[in-house]
Amino acid sequence: MDMQTLSLIVPLAPLAGAVVVGLFGRSIGRVGAHLLAIAGVLAAFVASVLIYQDLPDGGINQTIYTWMRAGGLDFSVGFQIDQLTVLMMLVVSFVSLMVHIYTIGYMAGDPGYQRFFSYISLFTFSMLMLVMANNFLQLFFGWEAVGLVSYLLIGFWFQRPTAIYANLKAFIANRVGDFGFLLGIGLIAAYAGSLDYQTVFGKAQELTALQVPGTGWPLLTAICICLFIGAMAKSAQVPLHVWLPDSMEGPTPISALIHAATMVTAGIFMVARMSPLFELSPAALSFVLVIGATTALFMGFLGIVQNDIKRVVAYSTLSQLGYMTVALGVSAYSAAIFHLMTHAFFKALLFLAAGSVIIGLHHDQDMRRMGGLWKYMPVTWITSLVGSLALIGTPFFSGFYSKDSIIEAVHAASIPGSGYALFCVLAGVFVTALYSFRMYFLVFHGKERFGQAQEHPDSGEHHGLAPGHKPHESPLVVTLPLILLAIPSAAIGWLTIEPLLFGGWLDEAIKTSVELEKTAPLEMALHGLLGAPFWLAVFGVVAAWMLYLCKPAWPALVRGKFEGIYRLLDNKYYFDRFNEIVFAGGARLMGAGLWRGGDQGVIDGVGVTGSSRLVALASRALGLFQTGHLYQYAFTMIAGLVLLLTFWVLL
Amino acid sequence: MMTEIPYLNLAIWVPILGGVLVLATGPDTHARMARVVALLVAVLGFAVTVPLYTEFDASTAAMQFVVEKRPWIEHFNIYYHLGIDGLSLWFILLNAFVTILVVIAGWQVIQHRVAQYMAAFLIMSGLMNGIFAALDGVLFYVFFEASLIPLYLVIGAWGGPNRMYAAIKFFLFTLAGSLLLLLALLYLYNVTGSFDILVWQRAPLAFGAQGLIFLAFLVAFGVKVPMWPVHTWLPDAHVEAPTGGSVVLAAIALKLGAYGFVRFALPIVPDASLQYAPYVLALSLVAVIYIGFVALAQTDMKKLVAYSSIAHMGFVTLGFFLVNPLGIEGALVQMISHGFVSAAMFLCIGVLYDRMHSRQISDYGGVANTMPRFAAFFMLFAMANCALPGTSGFVGEFTIILGAMKYSFWVAFLAATTLVLGAAYTLWMYKRVVFGAVANERVAALTDIGMREFFFLAVLAICVLAMGLYPFPFTEPMHESVNALVQHVIAGKLP
Repeated sequence: MDMQTLSLIVPLAPLAGAVVVGLFGRSIGRVGAHLLAIAGVLAAFVASVLIYQDLPDGGINQTIYTWMRAGGLDFSVGFQIDQLTVLMMLVVSFVSLMVHIYTIGYMAGDPGYQRFFSYISLFTFSMLMLVMANNFLQLFFGWEAVGLVSYLLIGFWFQRPTAIYANLKAFIANRVGDFGFLLGIGLIAAYAGSLDYQTVFGKAQELTALQVPGTGWPLLTAICICLFIGAMAKSAQVPLHVWLPDSMEGPTPISALIHAATMVTAGIFMVARMSPLFELSPAALSFVLVIGATTALFMGFLGIVQNDIKRVVAYSTLSQLGYMTVALGVSAYSAAIFHLMTHAFFKALLFLAAGSVIIGLHHDQDMRRMGGLWKYMPVTWITSLVGSLALIGTPFFSGFYSKDSIIEAVHAASIPGSGYALFCVLAGVFVTALYSFRMYFLVFHGKERFGQAQEHPDSGEHHGLAPGHKPHESPLVVTLPLILLAIPSAAIGWLTIEPLLFGGWLDEAIKTSVELEKTAPLEMALHGLLGAPFWLAVFGVVAAWMLYLCKPAWPALVRGKFEGIYRLLDNKYYFDRFNEIVFAGGARLMGAGLWRGGDQGVIDGVGVTGSSRLVALASRALGLFQTGHLYQYAFTMIAGLVLLLTFWVLL
Repeated sequence: MMTEIPYLNLAIWVPILGGVLVLATGPDTHARMARVVALLVAVLGFAVTVPLYTEFDASTAAMQFVVEKRPWIEHFNIYYHLGIDGLSLWFILLNAFVTILVVIAGWQVIQHRVAQYMAAFLIMSGLMNGIFAALDGVLFYVFFEASLIPLYLVIGAWGGPNRMYAAIKFFLFTLAGSLLLLLALLYLYNVTGSFDILVWQRAPLAFGAQGLIFLAFLVAFGVKVPMWPVHTWLPDAHVEAPTGGSVVLAAIALKLGAYGFVRFALPIVPDASLQYAPYVLALSLVAVIYIGFVALAQTDMKKLVAYSSIAHMGFVTLGFFLVNPLGIEGALVQMISHGFVSAAMFLCIGVLYDRMHSRQISDYGGVANTMPRFAAFFMLFAMANCALPGTSGFVGEFTIILGAMKYSFWVAFLAATTLVLGAAYTLWMYKRVVFGAVANERVAALTDIGMREFFFLAVLAICVLAMGLYPFPFTEPMHESVNALVQHVIAGKLP
């Protein structure tokens, strides 16, 4: 098969799966639905592998069709496939495939089984369209389409009030980002005169000389910051991160696929793709760096106080996305993409493992009612351990290579904000280890605290194991993806760091001014054993061990001592309350005010009803003259005559 | 291009004469026959407009399918004179298409005075085609005014409890505007000695006169669009109108005003249009933002969608008065898309209203449990309403925002707020109506859409997606006319 056919199969096979399963789900049945959906994604994965193997020099850049022409602009749909794209295609289709298989087990009893498969296949299509785009129109299409599927999936259990609150919040928060993103695209279209990546990149140098009329801002900085605002929402950076923790209301497989491994990294991918633009704007890079560093550290803190197993992983995702953003900020785009890839594997693994725990405990997610699960769920236990070790950056594991490269790059950077960023990423290592192993110890070790099933406060559904029942290991469709994800979580860093970071494999796709220091994987890991990050991580693990295994009474004491800080963290820095009151409340108040005051009060009240009253008043006033009494008419005539004569004579 | 068959004549007179035929079927004892005849007429009416697209010559800005001038009132140089270009083409097709949907949508719901109901819509459809095709000022004006009457009757006779207030408010608002339009047309006749719109477009006019004419056009067409602050008749009219009335009102009637801007205001008084464009842009942005907030506060679904219509039409006037090709083409696309999406939204609300006899959001909740198919369609249209890429709603707004960016960053900035506001009011309503657990027994008793409803929602869904995924065929016929218009406006009429 030629490249063009293959590249069409990649997005279209999952789309076909989604459409058929979505429209005819009931007639093809459950087995038919998951077989079709999996076949679609499998085809996409295989095609991606084939493209990867035969990728020609300079990649592929082709237009599929002209979507529209207007005002001298060509809007088209087309693919640009280079190393960066291929990497994303492989990660997306592989993780998606794992999640599809896992879903067979996780959603087994759900009445919306077919609908779920249709959605996740649709997501895979959208995400692939996003990464394969060769122009901003298609990028925006994919960008919003993944947002749509995310919205549909967070609200998958649409009877739950919390789920439909979370999905609306997610959509609107993402729309705030898209607002910036669209303005960025608008600036590009207006000043570069094209939406095609390569054309725009070719003109980037010219654009540096321009300013945005009426504002005095350097054009390229404005473009980059606008685009990055889009990335802030999609990749959940402070302060547009608020939707991601709530998105955990969706079923766990999509938390793994969408809200950890793929969709939320779209922002990171986009900035890396736009590296020829960002490289020309140091101010925008500093902005990216500071936002990323803040997210990396401060979202990590929140992971420490969560009790819901999925929310811990969610805050961990926020923090890790912060690391990737930091890497972008110091121009280490390839390190960001590298961390994106390793994170996709180990975070998908951690989420799916959390899901396996949740199945084992009959949909209880509270870590205070877990403990000692290692005995009952060995595969989940070992794979979780692998995932956690990768996450905290243990030497030889994949996360170590990517995270250490980021820290190194920040260390070497000198742009404004890099000092603050270095502090954040180093402190973040300790925090990551602390919350990761807090979770690990609370779930898999210590006292067995399950078996306290209780009514769910919202829905009255039963959650958790009944007293006396023991958890079981999950079925093969669940554990197989765990194992298949554990392998790259452990090894992919070691295997790929050389070509990705030092071998110039991404050079064609990414433009950067930063040269990363070249080290062999073994040497790097051994060297890492002596470095500060490793010891910070060890401290974190030891602290978690002390607090949650040895002295379980201590956390409460610490909490008592630092009441104020605890409350700040427990309320997630009050972002939600602020948004709820100021933005949501303010908008509703404004709407009601404009409606009652503006439309009904002024326009209808004064304008419409007012003018009709005026007519009524005038007619009543004029009616006064129509008395029908002859003497009044005669008197008026005489008075008028006298008045006129006087006027005439005096003039 | 000249054709033997006068398609434009057919587009106007097939529905009107067909409407008269439907009236002739008489009382409700023959309701079934009235429905069938009406459907046949509507389909035939659409069929005769299809060649307008297939035989359209996209390489010229000149008027096409011209029906030869025939003297009408010779003494005043008034002619029966028709023709279309890339600006008007789509509205005739859209109008004929929507008429079919309206007939189907009223099939079971309307049980009283069926023949009159169907006839009103058919006649209205013919008259509105006349507006889009007229090349003579008086002919335009007659069609423009005459089309008011059937809509007034539809609201007044088949409307809700407060229908008389709404019908009269609607009538007076639009009539007030029309009188100014008449004055402007008479003035133009006085200056040029002709009622030919194309002659007016070429006639030189001093700036002072242009300013006054522009003001008259602004009021006349602004009321119809409707632009802020003369929009308050629309929510009332929508709330009281039967579903079919709302569909035509939103999908077609609002386009008449917007069409007036590109056929009259911009080409006839180009210098005044350019001069006052910033004010129109300001009013349009107020419509987008102010109305967006007002929509958020609505408790009645139909009012909410009515306000959303105003906001979307704000984008249309915004696009026109950017006076660049992106803006104008975007605005035309937005008009077509709004025809599909607003029709679909009102039909969806009609589906719910037929079952529950309530439009209050608070009476609903959890509709997805009992009407899953309906929920899927409604979701698609809600997403189109908040301009999701891949749906038709995106194409126009995206293009207009790109056009606005060429004009000014801040105009684009304010226009882009619709991304957030549109999503907020549409999806918040969707959440409260469709999502959630079953709210009450009446929701629990709902039945999902039947064949007839499935058909019209599916047809609209296909339109929304087709236009969203491949707008190319929609915009191709526009380019020449739009470019010519922009050049004409920028060249101006002043020496």
